[in-house]
Amino acid sequence: MNDNLTPDKDAINQLIHEFNKLPGIGPKSAQRVTYFLMRASEEEARLLAEAIFSLKQNIRLCSVCCNVTESDPCPTCRNDGRERSQICIVEQPQDILALEHTGIYKGLYHVLHGAISPTEGVGADDVRIRELLDRLQDDSVKEVILATNTTLEGEQTALYLNRLIAPLGIRVTRLARGLPFGTELEYADDVTLTRAIEGRQEF
Amino acid sequence: MSTPRTYQTEAIVIKKTKLKEADRILTLYTPHLGKIQAVARGVRRPRSKLSGHLELITHSLVSLARGRNLDTVTGGQTITSFLTVKNDLWLTSCALYVTELVNQFTADHIENEGLFRLLLETMKQLCQAGDKELTLRYFELHLLHKVGYQPQLRKCVACRAQLKPTTNSFSPNLGGMLCPDCSPNQPTSYPVSVNAQKVLRLFQNSDDSVIDRLKIDAGLSREIESVMSRYIQYLLEREVKSAAWLDALREETRRATAG
Ligand SMILES: [Zn+2]
Ligand SMILES: [Zn+2]
Repeated sequence: MNDNLTPDKDAINQLIHEFNKLPGIGPKSAQRVTYFLMRASEEEARLLAEAIFSLKQNIRLCSVCCNVTESDPCPTCRNDGRERSQICIVEQPQDILALEHTGIYKGLYHVLHGAISPTEGVGADDVRIRELLDRLQDDSVKEVILATNTTLEGEQTALYLNRLIAPLGIRVTRLARGLPFGTELEYADDVTLTRAIEGRQEF
Repeated sequence: MSTPRTYQTEAIVIKKTKLKEADRILTLYTPHLGKIQAVARGVRRPRSKLSGHLELITHSLVSLARGRNLDTVTGGQTITSFLTVKNDLWLTSCALYVTELVNQFTADHIENEGLFRLLLETMKQLCQAGDKELTLRYFELHLLHKVGYQPQLRKCVACRAQLKPTTNSFSPNLGGMLCPDCSPNQPTSYPVSVNAQKVLRLFQNSDDSVIDRLKIDAGLSREIESVMSRYIQYLLEREVKSAAWLDALREETRRATAG
């Protein structure tokens, strides 16, 4: 029997189980969130459930930049204030959030949704490179900024994109790869240090 | 005597798998512990002091702490970064193929120092000028030797007769060459030209300085590549994923140079 005082044990366990799958939420946090929701009003619970559901219902990929969006084209691609001659290439939608947070970049974006990873069987056709090449067909794009991760896969993807795009006569740049803010020099690895020295600038 | 809680080893990072938000499981190939898996915590965060030292295709001195299931990486210091490889698309792809083969042909915790040295030498070879296809073929042949699948290239594997300088066949399931008399009985075997047999035998019996001394044309190079890849695929009973990527790059290069 199930009433408000003795809720169904399975419902609790199932919700804990579901929360536990989320990034950054271990079993303890999953329990805490579940018991918090059990005490919350029905209205609050409904709003949360609807928000999650509408995420899946309304979110799609922008037909221009492949970012996740509720409207197509996405607000960035529709924004006339953005510099349309620059496209910044990122691996994931979250990377755009990080770059936008700086407020320094005014151009457009393109989301690959991954990086080339041969040993995982992820080739050029498994990330959104074809969509990017389609965008470069017209002459408005003057610069492509490669902002893939500085992991081996991100670097490899950048090298591959450079090989495809440079022959089109478009300027290809790569985000500077040097020492992250707040690091101590002695712990830096050889690759980072070599690139930091090569990429040094006038003070 | 109890085993110490922490230990240090030279290692080459041959595989990495994401774990939760910021961690990775690394597969390390070491000279004396063979292949080991270890958790590296926080390495996907930008502030991580370790991440660059634990990236794929990096030769590092790694400190580890024993754990109940997996050991945990507590420190890493680059010995060789192979930056030349990492700055080049083709070389990176070759190196990934090499690490994938080492991973596929080995089991955890089986010491094989010769294989570690071969892996390290192959990475160094990739950093130097020259034909990287030959570097890969040399690696494949010597890898097979070190894991117990050295192909028989001098005698017929069916009748044991010394092979004559003619087109003989290679049988993956018998692990070697067949003379023209025996090959009709082995439908899975495929022909190998005299020159390809010569190169394979030379590689099998030489040290890696032979790679720089040898010049072969593109057709022969492709033939040897195909002989080896069919054998490797047979042994692993699956496709080597990075081999498909190497093929795609070869094809693009061919098209670019043709047109
Ligand atoms: Zn868009
Ligand atoms: Zn025979």
